[in-house]
Amino acid sequence: MFRPPSTFAGFGLGLRKEHYRDFLDTDVPVDFVEVISENFMVDGGQPRHILRQVRERHPVALHGVSMSIGSADGLQRDYLRRLRALADEIQPLFVSDHLSWSRTGRFNSHDLLPLPYTEEALDLVCRNIDMAQDALGRAMLFENPSSYISFVDSPMTEWDFLDAMSRRTGCGLLLDINNIYVSARNHGFDAQAFLRGIPADRVRQVHLAGHAETADILIDTHDQPVCSDVWSLYAQAMSLLGPVTTMIERDDAIPPLADLLGELATARDIVRRQESLREAA
Amino acid sequence: MNLADWQADFRAWLTLASHEASQRLDPRGSTGLAVYQNNYRAQLVGVLEASYPLVHTWLGAELFRHAAIAHIDNRPPRSWTLDAYGADFERTLHDLLPANPDVHELAWIEWSLSEAFVSTDSPTLTQEQLAEIDWDHARLELAPSLRQRRATTNAEAIWSALYDGSPPPEAAMLDVAGGIIVWRRDFTCELKQIDAIEFAALNLLRDDDRFHVLCDFLVEHLGEEAGVSRAGELLAHWIGAGIVTGVRVSSGLEYA
Repeated sequence: MFRPPSTFAGFGLGLRKEHYRDFLDTDVPVDFVEVISENFMVDGGQPRHILRQVRERHPVALHGVSMSIGSADGLQRDYLRRLRALADEIQPLFVSDHLSWSRTGRFNSHDLLPLPYTEEALDLVCRNIDMAQDALGRAMLFENPSSYISFVDSPMTEWDFLDAMSRRTGCGLLLDINNIYVSARNHGFDAQAFLRGIPADRVRQVHLAGHAETADILIDTHDQPVCSDVWSLYAQAMSLLGPVTTMIERDDAIPPLADLLGELATARDIVRRQESLREAA
Repeated sequence: MNLADWQADFRAWLTLASHEASQRLDPRGSTGLAVYQNNYRAQLVGVLEASYPLVHTWLGAELFRHAAIAHIDNRPPRSWTLDAYGADFERTLHDLLPANPDVHELAWIEWSLSEAFVSTDSPTLTQEQLAEIDWDHARLELAPSLRQRRATTNAEAIWSALYDGSPPPEAAMLDVAGGIIVWRRDFTCELKQIDAIEFAALNLLRDDDRFHVLCDFLVEHLGEEAGVSRAGELLAHWIGAGIVTGVRVSSGLEYA
C-alpha cells in the first residue's frame, strides 16, 4: 500500500506558455510550479526543453487531465508509460489528476466528467488508482472535480467517497476550493460539511481558481480571478488543514504574471493569519 | 444501470445529443448536461482553430467552422491527448472540399509543423564525424521530425504569405508536381518546397537508407555526371539543414 507523498508547504503557480519567458529569464518568487502533464508527455522539442530549464530553478508538480481514473474500461498503459517517463525525469513534488472520467471505449471526451458516488464506482476507481500508482511507482493526488449534474443513484457524499478512496489506495488529495464552491452551489450541499468531511491528513495540495456564473449554474472556467467567497472558503480550509501547498490555477484569459503573483500574495496572507490565530489559540 | 452503461450514455449524449441517454443520465432535465455538451464541442472547435490557424484564415471563419463541426460529428476524439485531435482534419477537408488540393496541402503543412515541434530530438552531425565516413557503405538516418508529401499546388507559398501576414497568392496548381517537406532543426521548424527528384530521393531513403542506392537512383534518372553531382549537393544540403541527422556504415560504426 502506498502512503500519500510527503507534505510541502509552499505557494506556486501554473506554468503556462504566456509566462515561459518570465520563468526562464527572471527569478519568479514562487516555491514551485505546476504543469499540465499531458503538455509535456511528448517525444521531444521545445516544451520538454523548457520544462527541464524551469525544473533547474523550481520544484515541479505534474497535474494531469487525461488519466480518466473513473473509466469503467480501466486505464491506458501507453498513457501511464509516458507519464512514468516524464515523472522519472522531472522528479516532481506531486503527480496528480482528477476524480473524474474522460474515456469510454475508444472515445475520449477530454472533459472531466462526473462519477456517481456508488460502491461500484468506488471499487472501480480504487482498482484504477492501484494500477496507476503501481505503474508510476509513487502515490498520486486526486482532485475533487467541479460538477454540473447530480445523480439520482449516488448514495455517498463526495467527501465520503474521497475519504474512502484515499484510505483504500493510499493516495493523497488535491483539494480544489473553487470546485467545492462551484459544486456546492450547483448541487445545494454545504461547503463547510465538505471541508469537515474530507480527511485533512490526506490533503497535500490546494488549488484556487475562478469560475463563471450563469443564470442557474456556476461553471469552472479558470479564466477569472479567485472570487471573495472562494477566498473565504480557502481561509476556512486552511484553518482545518495541516501544511499543504497552494497553487493559483489559471488556464484561460491568462493575465500578466504580476496579477497571479498578487493572488498568490493574498493566499500567503490568509495562511499567515490562520497560523497567527492557531498560535494565539 | 452499471457504470459502463452509464458512461456509454454520456458518450451518446455528448456526441449524438441522444435524448434517451440524457433522460437516463438526468431524469430531472437540469441544465448541467447541456454544459458538458457545450464544453465538449466548444473545446474541440477551439483545438482545431489552434491547430490550423492559417487554414482558418484561408477558408474564412464560417467555412472553417462548418468543417470543424463536420469533423466533430464524424470523427470523435480518441487519443489520450487533445493535441492529437486535429490529426485527420485534412481528411475532413478532403471530404468537404474535394476540388481544393490547396486546402488539403495547407492543412498538411500546419499539422506537420505541429508534429515536428514535439518530435524526438536529434543531434546535428559535425564535420569531424563526416570526415571519417566510408560513403560506399554509408547509411543515412533522417531526422525523426521529417515529414514529406507530394505537392501539387502553391500551398507552400500560401502558407508563407499567411504566416508573414502578407497577402497570399491565388491558389494555383504547380506546373510540375514536386514535394513539400517539414522538419525541425534544434527548436526551429522548417518548411520547404522541393522538386520532384529530391522528393523521390527522400521517398527512396525511407525504404532504403544506403547512400550508394541513392546515388544509383540519381544516376539512373539524371545521367552519370549530373546524378553524382546531385547526390553530393543533396547530401550536403540535408546534413547542413538537419534533415539527415546520422550516418552509419555497414560495419556497425555509428555517428548520430
